[in-house]
Amino acid sequence: MSQPEILNQAFELGFTYTRSTGPVVGRFLTELKNRRIVGIKASDSRVVVPPMEYDPDTAEELSEFVEVGEQGEIVSFAWVKEPREAHPMDVPFAWAMIKLDGADVPMIHCVAAASEGDVKTGARVRAVWADETIGFITDIRCFELV
Amino acid sequence: MRDIAICAYQQTDIVSDAGAQNEVELIMPVLGRTFAQAGINNAQDVDFVCSGSCDYLQGAAFAFVLGVDALGAVPPIKESHVEMDAAWALYEAILKIRMGHANSALVYGFGKSSPGELPIVLSQQLDPYYLAPLWVDSISLAALQARLMLEQGLITERDMAEVVSRSRRNARNNPHAQLKGDISPEDVLAEETYVSPLRKSDCCPVSDGACAMIIATVDQAQAWGLPYAVISGIDHCIETHNLGMRDLTDSVSTRMAANHAGMNAGKVDVAELYAPFSHQELILTRALGLDAETQVNPSGGVLAGNLMMASGLSRIGEVFNRIVNGEAQRGIAHATSGPCLQHNLVAVLEKGENA
Repeated sequence: MSQPEILNQAFELGFTYTRSTGPVVGRFLTELKNRRIVGIKASDSRVVVPPMEYDPDTAEELSEFVEVGEQGEIVSFAWVKEPREAHPMDVPFAWAMIKLDGADVPMIHCVAAASEGDVKTGARVRAVWADETIGFITDIRCFELV
Repeated sequence: MRDIAICAYQQTDIVSDAGAQNEVELIMPVLGRTFAQAGINNAQDVDFVCSGSCDYLQGAAFAFVLGVDALGAVPPIKESHVEMDAAWALYEAILKIRMGHANSALVYGFGKSSPGELPIVLSQQLDPYYLAPLWVDSISLAALQARLMLEQGLITERDMAEVVSRSRRNARNNPHAQLKGDISPEDVLAEETYVSPLRKSDCCPVSDGACAMIIATVDQAQAWGLPYAVISGIDHCIETHNLGMRDLTDSVSTRMAANHAGMNAGKVDVAELYAPFSHQELILTRALGLDAETQVNPSGGVLAGNLMMASGLSRIGEVFNRIVNGEAQRGIAHATSGPCLQHNLVAVLEKGENA
């Protein structure tokens, strides 16, 4: 008896709708598309990058954007010896808290480096832009040591 | 306000892989033992049921509804669920009883984390625009926190190794623990780093299992004639989701919750702290101001086995066990949720008259 033909159909699980990211997150992502990084002033004037819609302490709505540098300083880091499949890099790299020039609050992103010994708290890093920017956090492909 | 007591607590062994057992099969035996301990028949004999679990672990929307199969929900019961650790299901049940809508409740939590890649699954609880798309895993975030502690001179790697060593040793007396043994701080320090500065032993393991608890008004507990522990206070507080705006070397929200729960109104004999990483036990111990008078994590804590969505309730269950066994008069239990101890719950338990 011949094997019956197995019917199959490609299927991609996804959300077939778009979301509006609003005036704060949307502004940040739009600026990324243009290869600029902006933060926002919190109630106590600290510059928060990426920008938050509300101040976590006072709940005040925030709206004063500030452009910050694409370079900054490592505040803390974790060295990933064996990147996971979902991770943005497939070779060993660091996750880091990075305080960009002009910002008061560090952001979290990945840092490309040849070895763990090259990464230090206080080291200077620079954003590496994706070849094509689309208005997404991964428009910053990673940071690299300056 | 009506005083509320814990009357029964049971849990599964904490295992690295429950194999083909599904969630209902993990829950049912625990519920059976919990009902037996309380001297009741089934979920029909309590006024309210609340569970804690996470659909992301099962990988399907409304997966928690399947858990209700373990209860036998016909005839209809009053039932609720939190997409959180079951410690928060306990909180909901306490509110229900305090409001006078119930005199007793069953609370249970379950998690089968082994089929997925837990640290990556947990990345999806983060900010959906800034962090989740990067798939920053839970271990890496804890490693950032540990380095801040180490480089600011607040702790040493040896302090962390001592936490691990004590956890494994204490866990030898915990029949449910997944990781136990006689390992010295030197053994831990000899391990290579995993996600530097963390070693694998600094991180809780991935575990499968479930736990369940029955609470009731003190009047009801006395009517049942069971040994019980009174929940004299409980509160929870949360910090901002922006990790860069938190002091990651402290746990402000744990301290606030403990103060609101009345921890400092008496001596604390025992504390069970939900610290998924060794340095976090040090953060919590300091945030709470615990000293040598308090035995911390005699069960081994979650470094000896971490049931996602159940370990918080387990901490409360462990303190309950010690109080009804007469090992402690008064204790605190802590539960956490979110990255780097973002959201924290503290419950204060005291000996009841029948205990």
